[in-house]
Amino acid sequence: MSALAYPDHITATYYLVLAAILFTIGAVGLLVRKNTLVMFMCIELMLNAANLTFVSFANALNDISGQVIVFFTLVVAAAEVAVGLAIIVAIFRRRQSVNADDVDLLKG
Amino acid sequence: MLSAATVHIATPAFDWHAFAPDLVLVATMVVVLVADLLLPDRESWRTSSIAAVGLLGALVPIATLVHSGHDRNLFNGAYVVDHYALALKAFFIIATYITVLLSVDYIREGDYYKGEFYFLLLVSTFGMSIMASSRDLISLFVALETISIPTFVLATFRKHDRASNEAGVKYYLIGVLSSALMLYGMSLIYGVTGATKLSDIAAYMSQHGTVPLVAVAMFLSLVGFAFKVSAVPFHFWAPDTYEGAPTPVTAFLSVASKAGGFVALINIVYFGFFLPNGRAADSWWPVLWVLAALSMTLGNLVALRQTNIVRMLAYSSVAQGGFMLVPFAAAGIAGADGHPGKAAAAMSAVVIYLLIYGAMNLGAFAVVIAVARRTRSAEISSYDGLWEIAPGLAVVMGIFLASLAGVPFFAGWFAKFVMFRAIIDAGTGWAIALGIIAAVNSVIAFFYYARPIRAMIFHAPTTEDRTPIVIPQPLFAAIALTVSVVVVVGIYPQVFARVGELAF
Repeated sequence: MSALAYPDHITATYYLVLAAILFTIGAVGLLVRKNTLVMFMCIELMLNAANLTFVSFANALNDISGQVIVFFTLVVAAAEVAVGLAIIVAIFRRRQSVNADDVDLLKG
Repeated sequence: MLSAATVHIATPAFDWHAFAPDLVLVATMVVVLVADLLLPDRESWRTSSIAAVGLLGALVPIATLVHSGHDRNLFNGAYVVDHYALALKAFFIIATYITVLLSVDYIREGDYYKGEFYFLLLVSTFGMSIMASSRDLISLFVALETISIPTFVLATFRKHDRASNEAGVKYYLIGVLSSALMLYGMSLIYGVTGATKLSDIAAYMSQHGTVPLVAVAMFLSLVGFAFKVSAVPFHFWAPDTYEGAPTPVTAFLSVASKAGGFVALINIVYFGFFLPNGRAADSWWPVLWVLAALSMTLGNLVALRQTNIVRMLAYSSVAQGGFMLVPFAAAGIAGADGHPGKAAAAMSAVVIYLLIYGAMNLGAFAVVIAVARRTRSAEISSYDGLWEIAPGLAVVMGIFLASLAGVPFFAGWFAKFVMFRAIIDAGTGWAIALGIIAAVNSVIAFFYYARPIRAMIFHAPTTEDRTPIVIPQPLFAAIALTVSVVVVVGIYPQVFARVGELAF
C-alpha cells in the first residue's frame, strides 16, 4: 500500500496547527461580525480549538488529564451558551434586533 | 488472579472540615432556591435573610479552620486550605454579605425576581471560595466560570430595562472571550509542562526556565485575566456594565468579582510560575508591568472627565486595579532579579490592597445607593449640597472618597503604603519607573475624588426639599460596617498587616 493511501505520519503538530487556525478564525470572526449569534458561534469555535489542543497534547504526552479537562470545558461552554441565549432573547424582545451595533445606549 | 473479591479500590481520604465553608454555601444555595419556590410572592424577600444567615454561617467553619492552625492539602495538593485561602474565603463571604445588605431594599422595591437574585449571588460566592483554594488549572478554570456565569445574569437582572440588557450582553461577550483566550493559553501551558497541577507546573518551570511557547501561553492567559480584572486596554466593558447593571450588582462586580480575578492571577503566576526560585517570572512580569502602568494612567485620566458618579467609580476601580497589579510586577521583577524571597511580601501587599479596596469601594457604592433612593440619579450634580440635606451621608461619602484617594489615617493610605513598599523592596530600575508612574497617578486621583466632596460641601442644594434621606436598616448596617473598617484599619493598620503576613 502506498504512503499516500495510508497516511500513518499524521503527528500532533497537524492537530495543533488546525486548532491554532480554528482559534484564529474564531477570534477574527468575533471582532469583525456584528450579529451577536454569529459572535457566539465564534466563541464556541475558540473554546473548541482549546479543547482540540488539550486532547492532542494529552495524546502526545500519554496523559489523561488533558482529556478530562475537555469534559469540564464542554459543561462550562453549555452553561455559557444557555445564559448568553437568554440575554439575547431579552434584548431581542426589547429592540427586535440582535445586531451588536444597535446596542449603543451606554458610552463615554 | 484478579477476581472481583481481591480488587481493592482505596477510597481517598475526604477532609469534611476543610470543605465545610464551601458545603455551607452550597446548602444555603439549595435552601434559598427551594424557599423561593415555596414562599408566596409577598414573603419571598425572606430569601435574603436566609442568604445572609447562610453567609454568616459559612464564617464559622472558617474560624475553626483558622483555629486548627495547620494547612490542609486535598487531592494531592490540587485543593489547598491554608491561611491565604481562608483569609480570602472570609473576605469573599463578608463582601457578599455586605452586597446582600445593599440589595435587600433595592430588590424588594423593584419588581424583580427575588429569590433568584440571592441564589445567583451565592453561586458566584461559591466559585470565589473554590477559587481561593484552587491549585490546579482545571479547578481554576471551573471556579472562574462559576464566578462569572451568574454575574452575567445579575448584570442583566432588570430584564425590561434596555441599559441593563446592554450591560449584560457587553459583559457576557467580553467574559466568554476572555475565558476562551485563557483556556487556549492553559492548553499550551499543559502541552509544554505536561501537568495541570500548579505545583507540578512550578517544578517544571523552575527547572527549564521560560521557553518561547510558555511566553505565548502566559500572554494569552494574562490577556484573559486582564479582561476579568478590567485592566487597560481590556477595560472598555467595565464602565458600560457598571452603569447599566443594578447598583448593588455593580458593587459586587467591582469588588468581589474583580477580587476573584485577582486571586486567580495570584494562584497562577505565584504558585504556578514563580515558586520556588522565581526563574519563570520573566514570562509574565513585563505584561503585568505594562497593564499596571496603562490601567493606572488611563483609568485616572478618563475618570477626571466623568459626570456620572457610577462611571467615575468604574474608572476609579480600573485605576485601583492598576495599583493592585503594581506589587505583582514588583514580585516578578524581584524574582527575575534573583531575589525570590521578596515576592512573598509583595503578594501579601496585593491581598492587603484587595481587602482594603473591598471595604472602601463597597462603602462608596452603599452611599450612592442611599442617595439615589431619593434623587433617582447617579449624576455628580445630584450630590450638590448633600452636606445640608444629609450631613451624615456626606461625611461617610467623604471618608470613603478620601480613603480611595489614599489620604492618611483612612485605610486607603495603608494599601498605597504596602504597594510602594513592594516597589522599593524590588528596587531595580523597572520597579522604580513603575513606582514613579504610581506616585503621579496617586496625585491625579485626588482631583476627581475631590469633586463629589466639593459638590457636597460648597454647592447649594438643587432642591428645596429638606426632609432627611431615609436609610433602611440593612443599608445603614452596610455603611456602618464598611466605614468602621476604613477608619479602624486606617488608624491601626496592624490588623490587616497581620492577615497579609499570615497569608504568605
